[in-house]
Amino acid sequence: MKKNTEDFLVSLYTTMYKIRNFEEQAIKLYRQGHIRGYFHPYLGEEAIATGVCAAMDGKDYITSTHRGHGHCLAWGADLKIMFAELLGKENGYCKGLGGSMHIADYTKNNLGANGIVGSGVPIAVGAALGISIRKEKQMVSTFVSDGGSNIGSFLEGLNLAAAWKLPVLFVIENNQYAVSTRIEDSTAETELYKRGIGFGLESVRLDGNDVLEVHKIAKSFIERCKNGEGPFLMECVTFRKSGHHVNDPGLYLPKEKVDYYKLHDPLLIGKKHLIELAGLSEIDIVEIEKVAMAEIKAAIDFAIKSPEMSEENFLKFVEEY
Amino acid sequence: MVNVLNAARELMYREALNEALKEEMDRDDKVFIMGEGIAERGGSYKVTEGLLEQFGSKRVFDTPISENGFTGAGVGAALTGMRPVVEILFVDFTMLILDQLINQAAKFRFMSGNTARVPMVLRTQGGVGNGLAAQHSQSLEAIFYHIPGLKLVMPSTPFDAKGLLKAAIRCDDPVIFIEHKLLYMNKGEVPEEEYIIPLGQADIKKEGKDLTIIAWSGMVPKVMEAAEILMKEGINAEVIDPRSLVPLDKMTIINSVKKTEHVLIVQEAVRRGGVGSDISSIIQEEAFDYLDSPVKILGGLNIPCPFNLNLEKMVVPQVEDIVRAAKEVVYSE
Repeated sequence: MKKNTEDFLVSLYTTMYKIRNFEEQAIKLYRQGHIRGYFHPYLGEEAIATGVCAAMDGKDYITSTHRGHGHCLAWGADLKIMFAELLGKENGYCKGLGGSMHIADYTKNNLGANGIVGSGVPIAVGAALGISIRKEKQMVSTFVSDGGSNIGSFLEGLNLAAAWKLPVLFVIENNQYAVSTRIEDSTAETELYKRGIGFGLESVRLDGNDVLEVHKIAKSFIERCKNGEGPFLMECVTFRKSGHHVNDPGLYLPKEKVDYYKLHDPLLIGKKHLIELAGLSEIDIVEIEKVAMAEIKAAIDFAIKSPEMSEENFLKFVEEY
Repeated sequence: MVNVLNAARELMYREALNEALKEEMDRDDKVFIMGEGIAERGGSYKVTEGLLEQFGSKRVFDTPISENGFTGAGVGAALTGMRPVVEILFVDFTMLILDQLINQAAKFRFMSGNTARVPMVLRTQGGVGNGLAAQHSQSLEAIFYHIPGLKLVMPSTPFDAKGLLKAAIRCDDPVIFIEHKLLYMNKGEVPEEEYIIPLGQADIKKEGKDLTIIAWSGMVPKVMEAAEILMKEGINAEVIDPRSLVPLDKMTIINSVKKTEHVLIVQEAVRRGGVGSDISSIIQEEAFDYLDSPVKILGGLNIPCPFNLNLEKMVVPQVEDIVRAAKEVVYSE
């Protein structure tokens, strides 16, 4: 096994592990009262953001969703600044003014999570429109859920990107539930990649829990976007391992599905890749996880100790409104 | 009065807007425009005529009938360094894009802790025309006025239209720029040399001492006509056009009120919940002791706009209504 491939597989796994544990720790922080409001965990969907973002480069753009922590982390967000934002601290990505649903890093082309389902899609199309006007070799990936695939913003965005041949990769994260409503009750056509075909996009459906499969397809579409062949759509089939948000126990999720996805888990699949393709041992993997977990713990410590924005700073901030 | 530079030339409102777009597109290649039928056709009111030929189809292009989608695309382009000018055919159609304007464009700067900016101009036109009925005749500025994070501009003359559109394009925040469908053919002095009118500066369209009349957009020419009639009857009205409602030039309004001690606000939009009510409350908070009579608001009736032309005239203030209301304010005891 080549060193490059080993490093690559380790980096994919590390990212997924960090997302999983970021979310689990954030849930704990929420229960302890450190995080207020609510947030939507990306548990179970880690392979999608990880696989897609690993195929992009820093000059490209992403738009995320209300379930956006995973996209930010896969895009390379700093764990400390992420936690600080979730805790509403001044040194968070949005100075504590955005929080989980609006986390973004405009300095690094992360156009942000979005509290309105589907609304990031036209924004991604606009970023791609700018790229096309400037004639630059960049592209945009826009993440949207199965729920989001039923809203006008998504469908209008698909049509515009296709009509104007823009470098956009539409990534549908089909976790099979819109809040608590089963996909079968939301739409008569549950194979969502067909929405792309309907608008003239080359579109595929794949296993969204296998990070290598996600990465392989994304890489090809992203390269082709940059060669002017876009847009494209990939429907990544996955499963939300939790309720809709941190306060939703998800009791409506059927046991047989929960059990199936316990085994068909993106991290378990990632681990299998490490063992079978990179020749790592269980002990090697434990070492990788230890390092990542230490980073997460340090980030939480940093966020808890960080100050909130003072009233004085806030009043200065809002002067222009 | 605004200092009209070297004003020998007259332009129509639509020509002045066209010139502003041309100059800004020429100055900054990040400026581009999109909307329905704005490229080859030059727009419903010819505001974008000739721009396609001059700047090419990458920067001047038609959109599908997909207002929410292409406005969102404007927001995304603005977030990533472009300066889009998005045209929505009728202000009535902005009801299709409220999510992108209110939840997205207006919020990004704030929610990001000031790291994001959305330098987008949303050009549209509103007001009663000639028999366009209830879905194409509305004055909806109060909706945008209510939303923190949006600027709101409503020019009434060719001079203002040009200078304000140039300022709007250079503004780093989203600007809702509402033109009036009955003003496009109006002519006015527009200097040859470049000028910009900063947002947030009201214009005193006519100086006076007996009464302050505040009006914007399509109501300004009507108020000017009424002021002439009032003058003959011995009432010397001062006419103030805020020009941009957000930011609002409170100082000019308050100073005028202190001088005249009487206020009439004239708005074409329906009376209930309008911008006039807010301006009235500002005046009563900041200049109550100077008022000699209650602030009066003359607004549209609280009903949708009828199709029939005679009935249409009944629902928005006409010159004679303004004259009558002004007398009520001045002669009230």
